[in-house]
Amino acid sequence: MRKTYKLRKGLNLSLEGAVDPGTPAVSPDHISAVAMVPDDYPGFLPKLDVKEGDIVAQGAPLMHHKADEEVKLVAPAGGVVRAVVRGPRRKIERVVVEPVSEAPSAVRFEAGTPTDPAEIAGRIKASGLWAQMRRRPYDVIPFPGDRPRDIFITAMDTAPLAQNLDTLVADRKEDLDAGVKALGKLTDGKIYISVATGSTLPDIEEAEMAEFTPLHPAGNAGVQAANIAPVNKGEIIWTLDIVTLARIGALYTKGIVDTECTVAVTGPEASSPKRVRVPEGTAVKDILAGMSVTSDHHVRIISGNVLTGIPVPEDGFLRFPYRQITLIAEGDDRHEFMGWASMSPDKMSVSRAFLSKIGGRKFSPDARLNGGRRAMIMSGVYDDLVPMDIMPEYLIKAILARDIDRMEALGIYEVAPEDFALAEYADPSKLELQKIVREALDYLRGEIEA
Amino acid sequence: MQSLRKYLDSLRPHFQEGGKLHNFESVFDGFETFLFTPSSTSQSGVNIHDALDSKRIMIIVVVSLLPCLLFGMYNTGYQNAVAAGASTIPFWPTFFYGFFAVLPRIIVAYVVGLGIEFTVAQMRHEEIQEGFLVTGILIPLICPIETPLWMLAVATAFSVIFVKEVFGGTGYNVFNVALVTRAFLFFAYPAQMSGDKVFVASGKIFGLGYDLPDTFTGATPLGQIATFAGDRLEVLNLQDKVISTWDAFLGLIPGSMGETSTLCVLIGAVILLATGIASWRIMLSVIVGGLAMGWIANIFQTPTYPGSFLSPLDQLLYGGFAFAAVFMATDPVTAARTGTGKYIYGLLVGVVAVLIRVYNNGYPEGAMLAVLLANALAPLIDYCVVQANVSRRMARMKKRVNS
Repeated sequence: MRKTYKLRKGLNLSLEGAVDPGTPAVSPDHISAVAMVPDDYPGFLPKLDVKEGDIVAQGAPLMHHKADEEVKLVAPAGGVVRAVVRGPRRKIERVVVEPVSEAPSAVRFEAGTPTDPAEIAGRIKASGLWAQMRRRPYDVIPFPGDRPRDIFITAMDTAPLAQNLDTLVADRKEDLDAGVKALGKLTDGKIYISVATGSTLPDIEEAEMAEFTPLHPAGNAGVQAANIAPVNKGEIIWTLDIVTLARIGALYTKGIVDTECTVAVTGPEASSPKRVRVPEGTAVKDILAGMSVTSDHHVRIISGNVLTGIPVPEDGFLRFPYRQITLIAEGDDRHEFMGWASMSPDKMSVSRAFLSKIGGRKFSPDARLNGGRRAMIMSGVYDDLVPMDIMPEYLIKAILARDIDRMEALGIYEVAPEDFALAEYADPSKLELQKIVREALDYLRGEIEA
Repeated sequence: MQSLRKYLDSLRPHFQEGGKLHNFESVFDGFETFLFTPSSTSQSGVNIHDALDSKRIMIIVVVSLLPCLLFGMYNTGYQNAVAAGASTIPFWPTFFYGFFAVLPRIIVAYVVGLGIEFTVAQMRHEEIQEGFLVTGILIPLICPIETPLWMLAVATAFSVIFVKEVFGGTGYNVFNVALVTRAFLFFAYPAQMSGDKVFVASGKIFGLGYDLPDTFTGATPLGQIATFAGDRLEVLNLQDKVISTWDAFLGLIPGSMGETSTLCVLIGAVILLATGIASWRIMLSVIVGGLAMGWIANIFQTPTYPGSFLSPLDQLLYGGFAFAAVFMATDPVTAARTGTGKYIYGLLVGVVAVLIRVYNNGYPEGAMLAVLLANALAPLIDYCVVQANVSRRMARMKKRVNS
C-alpha cells in the first residue's frame, strides 16, 4: 500500500510548447561534442585526469574530486579530449570530448552485486554516479564518509514542461531493483521512492513507495523528504532521481556505465517539441538539429526547465542534471509601454492582478524581470509555493543577515535552492532567492565543515 | 511609441556616469521605467518572472482609493453647502468646489514626499521606489480638509524622512507613513487639528461654494459622541438633523475627506480583495475585532462613556474605522507578515480602535492609534508565530535523538 501525500502548496505553470509524452525519442545522426562541466556538481573540486589530445573510452574518468580521489566525473561518450576550457584563476570550466570512431570500447564492470558497502561505494564513485547524487545538508555531492539516515528517490519531475521520469525507466525494473539493493548497503535507514499519483511504476523491492500529487515542486526529492521524514540538525539524507537509480542498478546488472539520457526539447519558441536520445553533456546544437532557432527576436536556450535551468549559448552543452531544453524568447529586444498598467491577457502571473487569471490559458513568457528589484514588500507570497514546514520569508531574512543560529532554527538544513525556484518566480520584489540560498549553503558548509 | 522610446534613448547618455545631468539619474530612471517596462532579463536563478511588480501593486491600491477620493471631493463641497444652509445643492459646482479644495493637498503631499524620495534615491544611487504613490494619496484622504498646507508639508516631510527613509526606504519602515503624518498633525498641532471647524471647508474657492460665518460649528459624529452628555444618543448633521445608519454608510457626513463613505471604502475593498493585493485575513479580523469590542461596549453601555451607546454596526460605519481596516491595517510592510500573525494583528487593530474610541474621551477616533499600536506590535506577533515553527523543529529533533 503506497502512502499518498496531497500537497496543497505549489503551482503548475502552464506554458506553451509541451512535448507529447508519446513522442518516440530519436538519436541524432551526429554528435559533434560532449562536455563535462564540474560546476554542475556542487561540492566537487575538480582535478584533471586527462589532457587535451588524449583518447578516452565512454565511462572513463575525466576528472576526480580533490577531497576524495575515488569520486570521478566520467566521459559521457568515447572520443578525443578536444579542449580543457579554463576560466579565471585557471578554474576548470569544462572538458570537451569529441566522439571518434577509434575510441576504445566502453568501460565495463563485472556483473553481479557485491555485498561489501565499501566496494559498492567505490564502484558508484568510479562510475561518476556518486557525483550525480546530492546530500542534505548543503545540497552538494555526498561526502566520502557519509552514512545517510535515509535515501530519497524522486520518480517524478513536476517542473514546467518536464517529461515524466517514470516512463523513462518503465522497462528497467531489474536495474531499479539492483540499484535499491546496492544503495541499501549504504544506509541504515530506508530508501523512499516517490511517484506521481496514478503512476504505473511497479513497486520496487526493499524500497518504501510513496505517492505525491503532481503539483510542482512536489517532484523535488527534498520536498518529498520534508513531507515524509524531514532532515534534523545532525542528520544526513541523500537525494537522487529514478534515472540515476537505474544507472546505479545497471552498474551491477549489466556492468555498464550508462551515460545515455532522453532529452525533451520544449518551450514556446520550440518550433516542434521533440524528444532525443543522446549522451549526457551533448552539444546543444546537436540536440536542436533540424529545429530553426533563429527568428526575428532573441531566443534564450535554457538547459533545463524555466525555473532552475541554466541559459546556455548556441554553442553550449546540455548541463547536468537536466534532461530538458527549453526555448523561450529573451525579451531584451521588447519595449513595452507602461507594462505595469497592462490589461493584456498574455501577462503570466500567480496573482489575480492581471486579466490572464481568467480561463485556463497557456503562456509564452520571456526572460524579462518584469519589474525592478525591491525590498520584500508583499507578505506571504513565498508561503503558498514552498510545501515544506518552514517559514521561507524568515529563513531568507536570516540568510541575508548571515545569522547561522537563526538559519539552523528555521530549517536551512532541509532546503536546496531548487525548492525556492517557484517563490523566486512569483516574487514581485524580484529577489534572487535561489542564489541567496545557494550562497547560504556554501557559507554554512565553509563555517561548519571546515 | 517608437519615437518616445528613441527620444528616451537619446536622453540617457546625459544622465549616465559622466553626463552633465548625472545627479538626476534616479529621476530619469524612475520616469523611464514608468513609461517602459525595463527590458532587463534574468541573469541568475529562474529564467522567467511573474508579471506582478511593485508598480502594479501600488497602482492597484491607488485605483482602489479613487472611489473614496472622488466621493470625498463631492462631500467636501456638499458639507460646505449644507453648513451654509443652501437650499439646492447642484452636483457639478459642488464637486468642483471639493476638487479645488482637495487638489492643493494632493499636490503638496506628492511634491514634498516624492521630492524627498527622489533625493534619497539619488543619494543612495538606487531606483526610485513606488511606495509613496500610495502614501501621497492617503495623506490628503485622512487629514481634515482645513489643515493648513504648510502643516501638511511639515508633517509629510517628517514622516517620510523619519519613519521611512531613516529605516532604509519602502519595505523597511515599522510604521505606516501616512498614519504617522496624521498622528504628527494630531499631536503637534492639537489646537488646530481638533474641534468643530477643521472638518468642513469654510471659504469660497474660485467663486464656488460659500463663506461660512465664524460662529459656525461642524462637529463630526464621533466628536459629538465624545462630548455628549445625556442618556439618549443622537448624532446630528450640520443642519441639526439626525444622521441615520444609512447616511453614515453612504458618507454624506462631516469627517476627514476619504473616510466618511463606507460604501466607497467597500468598493475599494472589493478591488483589493479581487486582485489579491490586500490580505483578506487582516480585513476580516479587523472587522471581527471591531464588532466584538463594539458589542461588548454596547452591552455595558453607560453615560460616562457615551461611545458605548453606538451599536457595533455603527462603530464600523462612523469615523475612520472602515478606511483603516481596508487601507491602513493591510499595508503589507507594517502589518504582521505570517498567516496566523495576520489574524492576531487584525483582531488587535479592531478591538483597540473601538476601545480607544469608547473609553477614552480625549480621543474621539481610535482607528489611527490602533493601527499604529498594532504596527509596533506586529514584529512581536510574527516572532511568536515563527517561534512556534522553530519549537516544532526542535521537538522533532529531540524526538529523533531520544528514539
